[in-house]
Amino acid sequence: MNLFITKTMRYLATAWAAVKELRRVKLWWVPMTIGIAILLELLLSNHDSQPATKYAYYRYLVFIALAFFLTLAVGAKFFPRWREKLLHISAFYTAVFLALNIYHLATQKFGLLPALFFPSPGRILEALVVDFRYLIVDCLGSSAKLLAWGYFTGAIAGFFTGIAVGFNKTAAYWVNPLTRIIGPIPPTAWIPIVLVAFPTTFSGGAFLIALAVWFPAAVMTGSGIANVPNAYFEVSSTLGASRWRQIFYVGIPAAMPSIFIGLFTGTCSSFITLMTAEMLGVKNGIGWYVNWQREMLSYANVYAGLIIIAITFYLLITLLFRLRDVVLVWQKGVIKW
Amino acid sequence: MVAPQTGAATIGAINIRGVKKTFTHQDGSIIEALSNVDLSVAAGEFITLIGPSGCGKSTLLRAIAGLHPVDAGELTLDGEPITGPAAERGLVFQDPLLFPWLNIHDNVAFGLKARHLYREHKAEVGQFLKLVGLETFGKSYPHQLSGGMQQRAALARALVNQPSVLLLDEPLGALDAFTRMNMQDEIIRIWQERKTTMIMVTHDVDEAVYLADRVVVMCPRPARIEEIISVKRERPRARSHPDFLQLRGKLLKILDFGGQEREPEYRI
Repeated sequence: MNLFITKTMRYLATAWAAVKELRRVKLWWVPMTIGIAILLELLLSNHDSQPATKYAYYRYLVFIALAFFLTLAVGAKFFPRWREKLLHISAFYTAVFLALNIYHLATQKFGLLPALFFPSPGRILEALVVDFRYLIVDCLGSSAKLLAWGYFTGAIAGFFTGIAVGFNKTAAYWVNPLTRIIGPIPPTAWIPIVLVAFPTTFSGGAFLIALAVWFPAAVMTGSGIANVPNAYFEVSSTLGASRWRQIFYVGIPAAMPSIFIGLFTGTCSSFITLMTAEMLGVKNGIGWYVNWQREMLSYANVYAGLIIIAITFYLLITLLFRLRDVVLVWQKGVIKW
Repeated sequence: MVAPQTGAATIGAINIRGVKKTFTHQDGSIIEALSNVDLSVAAGEFITLIGPSGCGKSTLLRAIAGLHPVDAGELTLDGEPITGPAAERGLVFQDPLLFPWLNIHDNVAFGLKARHLYREHKAEVGQFLKLVGLETFGKSYPHQLSGGMQQRAALARALVNQPSVLLLDEPLGALDAFTRMNMQDEIIRIWQERKTTMIMVTHDVDEAVYLADRVVVMCPRPARIEEIISVKRERPRARSHPDFLQLRGKLLKILDFGGQEREPEYRI
């Protein structure tokens, strides 16, 4: 009995030492996780519910990832900045590759999920590679054109509506009720009318997106200007600023933080509207691609499309954040959001 | 242009005749903010307006600035009636109210740009920043500066327009005692250098006597000028000089803080 307790204690101490050791080698977590994934991929045989792919895309992915993170881990020995960065992202990417590995095992190796709706990572990658040109050039290109037209029309219209409402009482009297009635209607609810009223689905879609951006841009610009302390206008008038200069050099810069919130809200609802418009009416674009592939029951392509959408929207939002950091550099340390 | 002007000032004389101003409250009651105010300010004079809250001193200053029209009476600057805000009458508020989206240099340059004079007078921005001791802070944003520095920048922003009158609405009220005394000397130095007419609203009896050629004491209900006291002392003034203390006591008495019996002035 005594011997048993001593043994258990010793095992526990060893396990604890191993955990401590693991924390010490945090730099190698990601390569280790990917290494396990590669081992499992090589040792376990594929489940036959998943159709075979032409090339072993999943292997390529994990080997490239391994090479990448090994380089980082080795480089961290020499560059302190790499080390800092890697220590920071290590836990996150360990979780990412762990999750990917689990999904890979559940689909490709053990067939635990229905193969039709849950294609293995290899099959999604194959769809992405095979359709890449079509996805980027045709679908994404068409979506980008529609989004750009709608977004900029809506943002500019919203900006000027907001300025008019913020500075002019008559404009506020007539426009405010309109924004309050039209604004809260989800732009996609207009689809039945828009599809009939507009000559092309493109112009209809652009209009819907513009509407989605216009409302938050107008409201936030207007309220931003209305909330500019009157004292700023008094100061500028005693400095000899004309009414015009007070609008463009005092009112608008002061309202800029609020205007950016409007643009962010508008961006998010423009994405929603773009996807819905493409799924319901417009006959091309990335949203249409996803819906089309769903109808064809090729879910690997659906996931491929979703990945493209996620990356694109992530990049666009990041771009807007960068733009805000440049325009609102004066806010650093004043307001955070 | 920024070189100190020599000789007596010739512009910046303000004339106020029978000025009345009432405000209507939301509940319908009428507040008389100014009732029949007369005041003549000579060119280059330093005036301080003092009085309890509600005596109309800020209202009078804002009326001179042209920020709100008066109900009756006449306000003129060098004989010209005042109809609205203009660059010739600079105003500095209690809060610095620097534009947070502009750096200090661009804040000071605002008036020049607004009047389309920036291209020819660019160098003056730096000169006025130097005048208030902020020449190395042009690239800083307002929130990076202390309260006193912000107020100095606000002063430079008003001065760059070379106003003939500078109106100061408790500009030092939010500063701590030491910064405030430094700023008072700074204002006197700028005033002596620029010969600008100065009209300053203050709550501080000490400040009023320290700075002014004439102290204008205002009283509420009805809001009017109670008394005008000349301070005929050399600058820089000694705050502990008996004359200074005597004027201070006189002002406090008018403002009714000396009403009750106090301890005798001398015991030692």
